[in-house]
Amino acid sequence: MALTTAPVDMSYAEAAALAVQREMEADPKVVVIGEDVGRGGIFGQYKGLQQRFGDQRVIDTPISEAAIMGAGVGMALAGLRPVVEMRVVDFALCGMDELVNQAAKNRFMFGGQGRVPLVARMPGGIWDASAAQHSQSLEAWFAHMPGLVVVCPSTPQDNHALLRAAMQCGDPVVYIEHKALWGLREPVDETVTIPLGQAARLREGTALTLVSWGKQVHACAEACAALADQGIAIDLIDLRTLWPWDRETVLESCGRTQRLLVVHEAVQAAGFGAEIAATAAEATGCRIARLGAPRIPVGYAAVLEAQSRVGAEAISAAARRLVD
Amino acid sequence: MDSHFPDPGRALALYRTMARIRAFENAAEIASQGGVSAYGQQATGSVRVRGPLHLSTGQEAVPAGVCVHLKPADYLTSTHRGHGHTLAKGADLRRMMAELFGKATGFNGGKGGSMHIADFSVGMLGANGVVAAGLPIAVGAAHAQKLQKKDAITVCFFGDGAINRGPFLESLNWAQVYGLPVLFVCEDNRWSATTASGPMTAGDGASARAEALGIAATQVDGNDVFAVHAAAARLVDTVRSGSGPRLLHALTYRVKGHVSVDPAAYRDPAELAAALDTDPIARARAACLRAGIAAAALDGTDADAHAEVEAALVAAAEAPWPDAAAAFTDVQTTGAGQWH
Ligand SMILES: Cc1ncc(C[n+]2csc(CCOP(=O)(O)OP(=O)(O)O)c2C)c(N)n1
Repeated sequence: MALTTAPVDMSYAEAAALAVQREMEADPKVVVIGEDVGRGGIFGQYKGLQQRFGDQRVIDTPISEAAIMGAGVGMALAGLRPVVEMRVVDFALCGMDELVNQAAKNRFMFGGQGRVPLVARMPGGIWDASAAQHSQSLEAWFAHMPGLVVVCPSTPQDNHALLRAAMQCGDPVVYIEHKALWGLREPVDETVTIPLGQAARLREGTALTLVSWGKQVHACAEACAALADQGIAIDLIDLRTLWPWDRETVLESCGRTQRLLVVHEAVQAAGFGAEIAATAAEATGCRIARLGAPRIPVGYAAVLEAQSRVGAEAISAAARRLVD
Repeated sequence: MDSHFPDPGRALALYRTMARIRAFENAAEIASQGGVSAYGQQATGSVRVRGPLHLSTGQEAVPAGVCVHLKPADYLTSTHRGHGHTLAKGADLRRMMAELFGKATGFNGGKGGSMHIADFSVGMLGANGVVAAGLPIAVGAAHAQKLQKKDAITVCFFGDGAINRGPFLESLNWAQVYGLPVLFVCEDNRWSATTASGPMTAGDGASARAEALGIAATQVDGNDVFAVHAAAARLVDTVRSGSGPRLLHALTYRVKGHVSVDPAAYRDPAELAAALDTDPIARARAACLRAGIAAAALDGTDADAHAEVEAALVAAAEAPWPDAAAAFTDVQTTGAGQWH
């Protein structure tokens, strides 16, 4: 199979499917388990894989999140490299013991005898009009848990490269794609590799450091463009991996700008923004603000749902307050 | 088949429940696609049903036949496919339509939408966006009824896909261990999202699993409302008399896709065609006619259902949106003494 070298235009979902395909081609130990994966997954993020690799490697399962996650742990201990599909992050909660008490603890608890190289894909974020049980952003829960790597890709290119990196990681990775990004398209270069734990600087500036991840990066980019017109140049950092997170890049920037704004879609209270803010404050003493959703469940009606959204305008306003 | 036929008044009541569910869901489906009402008269403009809409078309006989035996004090838990259950339990049709539109006049003030329908005023404790999550909640409600010595029972609807999640087993075990007044109703429509349930389920399904735990199970043709009605009558009586949990395994079919926008292209058209031949409403109608009920009575029931749904659509379209501030209410109570 000839490796594509020229970047090819593809969606966030297609980029992910291609990443799984490449890893499956490279390593016969890679398997996919989850509900509806044989039909390509509910977002097309496994499209064509069962036809290509058969139902012994892309395995449809019962509706059994606990068993899917737990079986992933067992498969990993027995030498396979499972990609575990949770459909949405909200349903991953049905496999929480298996992820948190089993997958995350195994290597440490058994003195390094076992390794659990599984990737748990659990799409997150607000999904239009899907209400309180299908729209949550729970990345901080997982970042809190020793033993888990946490990844939140924001673009097709990153989704391709980071999913491959996650699948090559020897430990459990919580991989949170955003449901509102599946259709986002851009040229993807398959040869690009991105190590876990490395942030991307999307814009350079001296007025303020702006840190975000996932879909919120796009709202931040929009805000930065508007602020640039007003002469405010922002250092925009897409964290990409929440654990381990790229302290060096963030702290270097905060040291220069002396101002940090962290933006996330998740509820602000006890969100991962607090971790970054505290770390930056300790290391650089910079001025800090956080911006996330209020601590409310996501409502169904558009007007209620909007209360949980953090948009470019709110980001710009928060940035201006910090700079003033 | 007509051996189950009840008295004509009851037969017509069952037919009416099914007709209302069908009319409601047909209208909701159209309102989710284009913002136009079911019968094309009332343009609803930018107002429409948003988000995932799970239709129970073809499954109406199960809630109709079961819930007719329930009282307001009886509890009900439901699934993501819960419009039929809710209507059959006696919930207000207009308020449900308003909830689908996300309006302030809906059951939940627009906070829940179709997947989170609930009407506590008639004992309907909630639809659920998480498969099998209603089972332990039903068991808890039934446990409370028993502890409080209430003369009431809980009915729990769930799908054939749900029986593969742990909470199904854990809930049946709990209900049996404590001898709880709960009727588990498996609506076996043969599909779980885009995957057929059969190949994903070991053994003989819901009934066999219940029996393995000592819970007597009854299988019924879930597209024959009179058969469901008769079986549920016995089971509800048994559960009400304090004999512990029972399970009703109703064999039906999911006529539409998993959600309203799903064309279900993964399904064999022959399978659908065969199922359409056993449409529960057409069958009930034929049975009613055979039993001597006038066609005019059935037609009038249909017309009433359509008129009621049309009025609900108009009311929902015209109703106010929730205030943005409502997003911050009913989140939780903090501090002591605020809840008794
Ligand atoms: C715990 C959990 N896993 C997965 C889903 C996604 N999902 C929603 S409905 C559904 C199929 C459920 O099948 P079944 O229980 O048979 O009910 P039906 O849809 O056929 O009425 C799935 C997999 C979910 N909502 N919750």
